[in-house]
Amino acid sequence: MSDNLTTKYIEIQGVEQTFKTKKGPFCALQNVNLTVAKGEFVALIGHSGCGKSTLLNLIAGLTHPTQGSLICANREIAGPGPERAVVFQNHSLLPWLTCFENVYLGVERVFGAGDKSTGVPSENKAQLKERTDAALAMVGLTPAAQKRPGEISGGMKQRVGIARALAMEPKVLLLDEPFGALDALTRAKLQDELLAIVAATHSTVVMVTHDVDEAVLLSDKIVMMTNGPAATIGDILSVDLPRPRNRVALADSPAYLGYRKAVIDFLYTRQAHVEKAA
Amino acid sequence: MVSAVFHSPLEASTSSTASPAKLVAPASAVRAQPDPVPAVRAPRTPYDWRGLWLAVLPPVLGLGLLVGLWALVSITTASSIPSPVETFKQAVTIFSDPFYSKGPNDQGVGWNVLFSLKRVALGFGLAAVVGIPAGFMIGRFEFLSRMFNPLISLLRPVSPLAWLPIGLLVFKGANPAAIWTIFICSIWPMIINTAVGVQRVPQDYMNVARVLNLSEWKIVTKILFPAVLPYMLTGVRLAVGTAWLVIVAAEMLTGGVGIGFWVWDEWNNLNVKNIIIAIFVIGLVGLILEYALIKVATAFTFEEVKN
Repeated sequence: MSDNLTTKYIEIQGVEQTFKTKKGPFCALQNVNLTVAKGEFVALIGHSGCGKSTLLNLIAGLTHPTQGSLICANREIAGPGPERAVVFQNHSLLPWLTCFENVYLGVERVFGAGDKSTGVPSENKAQLKERTDAALAMVGLTPAAQKRPGEISGGMKQRVGIARALAMEPKVLLLDEPFGALDALTRAKLQDELLAIVAATHSTVVMVTHDVDEAVLLSDKIVMMTNGPAATIGDILSVDLPRPRNRVALADSPAYLGYRKAVIDFLYTRQAHVEKAA
Repeated sequence: MVSAVFHSPLEASTSSTASPAKLVAPASAVRAQPDPVPAVRAPRTPYDWRGLWLAVLPPVLGLGLLVGLWALVSITTASSIPSPVETFKQAVTIFSDPFYSKGPNDQGVGWNVLFSLKRVALGFGLAAVVGIPAGFMIGRFEFLSRMFNPLISLLRPVSPLAWLPIGLLVFKGANPAAIWTIFICSIWPMIINTAVGVQRVPQDYMNVARVLNLSEWKIVTKILFPAVLPYMLTGVRLAVGTAWLVIVAAEMLTGGVGIGFWVWDEWNNLNVKNIIIAIFVIGLVGLILEYALIKVATAFTFEEVKN
């Protein structure tokens, strides 16, 4: 059982997602099968409109599949919950709360209530505050804790989003193009921070991206999706680069370049018809 | 050091004797610097006369135009419309004792304004108590929205004064009827704006609520209410504006103490000066109400909500 859990922590079987539109049903995803092991870092990559975010929303439980099943830690994914924390593409911080309060909101819900079924007692305010401070410290935002999202930069907002997700100690961390809106230098810095955080927390991560370098640098497994409509998984690439990974050292490593080439080949040779289709 | 070198030509122009010393000993230049700096800086940031000019002159000209036109009308109508000067003299006597009370039909302008404001506050407050929660419900539940939208569309265009007879009939009194009229006219903007605000809460925020698994209470207090607040305050502002417009008309019809009744009473006395004064007072009070509510609204609007 425990062995099954480590190799098949998230199990997606025969998932199909159809949306009702004015022009009739639109099939976004078809026949998606994927397993994610505990502690694995998986990147979903593909052209725009290939359904990677749809798949992530399904794992998050924000939407329900038309067909097929999604299982996380041996339980059917019935809806969204803090055990599968999401870092949204546009950070989605509440602008009227300070960074601290934004993170505290999640912490309070997860640890402030306790859990009668497992006997975990509820934590007091000092403990909750400590958790929030620790999460902000992990992303290096202790000085900005009392600022509102409107007063900090885009990169800092995204870090608060990551802190909010991590502070809930999720079983799975779901990242929806978390660095897509950032400039290249900030993105690189946050990728390095994410690598360090994931190495320290041994989180299971599913990340949507359309950045080839980001996918190769961060992941253990790259899931490459075919073009929509009715997108599915085209190929899965295992990235066997040793950790900790260093972007400068990897820049001219043949293995890294090989993985990079494989992903680019998939995206631009085998799935190149995206512009014509759109 | 670099700044000292860059500054030296300027200082040289102010005191030519000091410059050779600086070239020889830069340290003394640094020490000498604080003295000339104010002298150099003063002409660089002159007082913004042009800004002040633009801020003061156009409004003064506008007021001047109004008073000029008024004087012209006064002259051409052979003073059946009183001249600005006469009206000003009358205003001074009125405002020197705004809170006198000589029976129900003869009270100071201060009392009249306060009675009108009290009616507006009551009618408007009741409308807020009913309208804002109703707006929340209509915005949150599709069913209620479909149920009430036709009613709102039908009743909103009706002049609030048309409701006055109904108020008189039901409440059997002039004062409650006036309050009822204010209630009716201020409830629509509050319901509609609150409902629109709730419907426009970004889906991202609701997704956050779902992922964090927040309770309904937390959703309302931490997400819905702050997100809707700017819309709600717009509704409140529109409602207060309309209420202040309507109270004058309602009081003209119902009588009693109030600024609208005062206008009508002075018309019956053919005291046109007081009517003009009343017009200015009504305008000024409306302006203050509007300005105060804009201030409140900007204080509660956050960056992401503004755009």
